[in-house]
Amino acid sequence: MAKEFELNEVEVWDGNYAASQALRQAQIDVVAAYPITPSTPIVEGYGAYVANGYVDGEFVMVESEHGAMSGCVGAAAAGGRVATATSSQGFALMVEVLYQASGMRLPIVLTVANRALAAPLNVRGDHSDMYLGRDSGWIQLDAFDAQEAYDMTLCAFKIGEHLDVRLPVMVHQDGFTTSHKAQNVYPLQDSVAYKFIGDYVPVDDMLDFSRPVTHGAQTEEDWHYEHKAKQHKALMDSRTVIDEVFADFKKLTGREYKRVESYMMEDAEVALVLLGSSVETAVLAAKQLREEEGIKVGIVSPRCFRPFPYDLVREALDVPSLKAVCCLDKSAPGGAMGALFNEVSAAAYSTKARPMMTNYIYGLGGRDFAVDEAKRIIREQKAHADAGHITTDIQQFSGLRGPKLGFFQTRRG
Amino acid sequence: MAFNYDQYLRVDKMPTLWCWGCGDGVILKSFIRAIDKLGINKDDMCLVSGIGCSGRFSSYVDMNTVHTTHGRTIAFATGIKLANPDKYVVCVAGDGDALAIGGNHTIHGCRRNIDMTLILINNFIYGLTNSQTSPTTPRGFWTVSQKAGNIDPTFDACKLAEAAGASFIARETVNSPKKMEKVIVEALKHKGFSFVEINSNCHINLGRKNKMQSAMANLDWIDSITVSKKKWDTLSPDEQENLLPTGILKQDTEALEYCAMYEEVKKAQQGQRGLITQDDFEKKI
Repeated sequence: MAKEFELNEVEVWDGNYAASQALRQAQIDVVAAYPITPSTPIVEGYGAYVANGYVDGEFVMVESEHGAMSGCVGAAAAGGRVATATSSQGFALMVEVLYQASGMRLPIVLTVANRALAAPLNVRGDHSDMYLGRDSGWIQLDAFDAQEAYDMTLCAFKIGEHLDVRLPVMVHQDGFTTSHKAQNVYPLQDSVAYKFIGDYVPVDDMLDFSRPVTHGAQTEEDWHYEHKAKQHKALMDSRTVIDEVFADFKKLTGREYKRVESYMMEDAEVALVLLGSSVETAVLAAKQLREEEGIKVGIVSPRCFRPFPYDLVREALDVPSLKAVCCLDKSAPGGAMGALFNEVSAAAYSTKARPMMTNYIYGLGGRDFAVDEAKRIIREQKAHADAGHITTDIQQFSGLRGPKLGFFQTRRG
Repeated sequence: MAFNYDQYLRVDKMPTLWCWGCGDGVILKSFIRAIDKLGINKDDMCLVSGIGCSGRFSSYVDMNTVHTTHGRTIAFATGIKLANPDKYVVCVAGDGDALAIGGNHTIHGCRRNIDMTLILINNFIYGLTNSQTSPTTPRGFWTVSQKAGNIDPTFDACKLAEAAGASFIARETVNSPKKMEKVIVEALKHKGFSFVEINSNCHINLGRKNKMQSAMANLDWIDSITVSKKKWDTLSPDEQENLLPTGILKQDTEALEYCAMYEEVKKAQQGQRGLITQDDFEKKI
C-alpha cells in the first residue's frame, strides 16, 4: 500500500510539480515515459514518488515517446489506469499512437507542457503541439496556471474514465510560463483526491481471460466509418460529463471551472479570445483599459479545446453590444487562419450581433506577450468597432521583428 | 604556435553550452584536429546532429551542418550522402539519441554500410534532461528515472554495430584525445559505415549521485572500465566481462559500400548493365 504524502494546505509548486502530484494521487497502474524539455520534471517527480514508496504502480522509462504512448496503450488495454507526460517533438512522435488510444477508447491521461515544434529547434512554449493533437480524438483541457494544472489533471481522470466517455484526455499547460513558474497551489489531501477520482473500472480489458477481446481490429469501408462516427459522438457527448465533473469539483474545492471561461463579457463592445497562460495577461490588460480608457472589453478563453465548446463560445459572444472580436493563436497557422479564429468565427456567425472577427498570431517559440501588447490589440479592436469595419488586415502577427505582416482585408465598410 | 581551432568553429557561438569539464569539448577538438590532419576542405563535409548535448556540435562547427530531430541523425544523413556521394558526412549523436530513440536508424545505417562516420558520444546517461536511464547506463547506477537503482541491461554499442554490419568499428575515450584523433582520422578515411564510440564523462548528471561528482572522478571510472584491444585480447572471458576494449575493433575494407552499389543501380536503370542479381554478391544471404 502506497504511503500517504503529507501536504500543507498551501504548497508552492510549479505547473510540472502540480501535475506530477495529481498523477501520484490518482494511483496510476502504469506510467511509461521518455524525457523531454519542459515536461521532464512531471515524470521525474513521479519517478521519485515510485522510488520513495508513494506509488504502488509501475514506472517504465522507454526508448522513445512513440514507445511511451505505445506502452500506455498496451497497459490501458490490459485494464490499468495509465498516464504519461510529454512536450513538442515528443508529442509529435506520439501522434501516431494518440489515434490508437482514442480509437480504442482507452482513457489515458497525457499531461503536456506545451512547447514549439522544430525547425528551427526551440524549447520554449507555444501551442504548436496542442494544435497538432486537435484532430486526434482526445479530450483536450487547458490549464492556465499551476493550480489549474493540478485541478485539471485530477478532473481528467474522472472525465476520461467515466463510463459514458471512455476517451483519453490531455491536460495542457504552457511550457515554462506555467510548467516552471512556482506559485501557491491548494492541493487536496491524498484520500480526498483519490475519492474524487474513484477506483478505476476496466472496460473490455485484455486481462479478463474469461472474456477474450480484441482491441484495434481492422475495419475497412464496412465499419470504419460507423466506428469513427461513434467515437466523435462520444467526444461531443463528453461535454455533459465535463460539466458534471467540474460541478463536482466545485462542490469539493470551491474552485469553479467552465468549458469556456469568460471575463467582463456582460457589456463588452470588444473581446479577445485566447488560451493558456496569456489569459491572465489579457484579463489584466482588459481591467486596466476599462478603468483607464473606458473601453468595454471582455475576454473569452476556451478551457476545453476539444471537444470544442461551440455552444458555450456562442453563448459567451452572444452579447448585443459586441462589435469586434480578436482571436489570438499561439501556433504557426501553416497557410491558414489560426485554428482558434476558425472555430470561434464559426460560433460567432450564429450570434445575433455577428461581431467583426480578426486574428493575431502571437508568442511563437516563447516570444513574450506582455500587458502593453494586449492593450494595443484591444485598442485596435476598439478602432474597428468605432469605424464600423475592420481597419487592419484580418490576420496579423503580434510583436514580430522586421516589416509588419498581415493577410486579407475586409470587404465591409 | 598553438593549433588554431577557430578556423573550424563558429566563434560567435562560443562559449559552448556544455558544463565545465565536459568531455564534449575534448571530442570537438579531437574531431577538428582530425579534419585538419586529413586536409579536408570543410565545405566538403556535412555534419549532422540530433538532440541532446551532442546535438550542439552542429551549432559549433563552421561547416555545412544540420540540426535534426531526436534520434533521426542517420536517417537525415543517409539522404544527404546519397545526394552527395562525394562529400564527407559525419553524424554526431549521444547514447540516448543513437541507441534508444534512434536505435533503429543506427542499425540500418550499419547494415547498409553507407559511407559516413558516426561519432557516438556515450556518456552513459541522458545528460541534457538531467539523468534519466539510457541504454548504456550501467546496472545499479542511480538515475532520476530509477531512483532505487537502474535494473535495465546495457548495450555494448560496438558489438551492436558489428552484428548490424558496420565495416569500421572503434572505441576510444576522452581520456586519450590523441588516440581519439587518430581513430577519427582512420574513420573518416574509411569507405563504409564508420562507427566510433567515444566514452565521455558527465560528472554533472551521471556522476552527481554515483560518487563521481568531479570530472576527474568520472574520467577515472571510464579509465577503470576500458582497456586497449591489444591487452583485451590477452584476457580470459571472465576478465573481459566488465571491461570494454578500446582502439580499432574492426576494419573491413572489402565490404560493399552502399553508395558504390547504388551506382550499379543507376547503371542498370540506364541500361548500361543488366539487372543486379545474386551473382553480383559473394555473400548471398
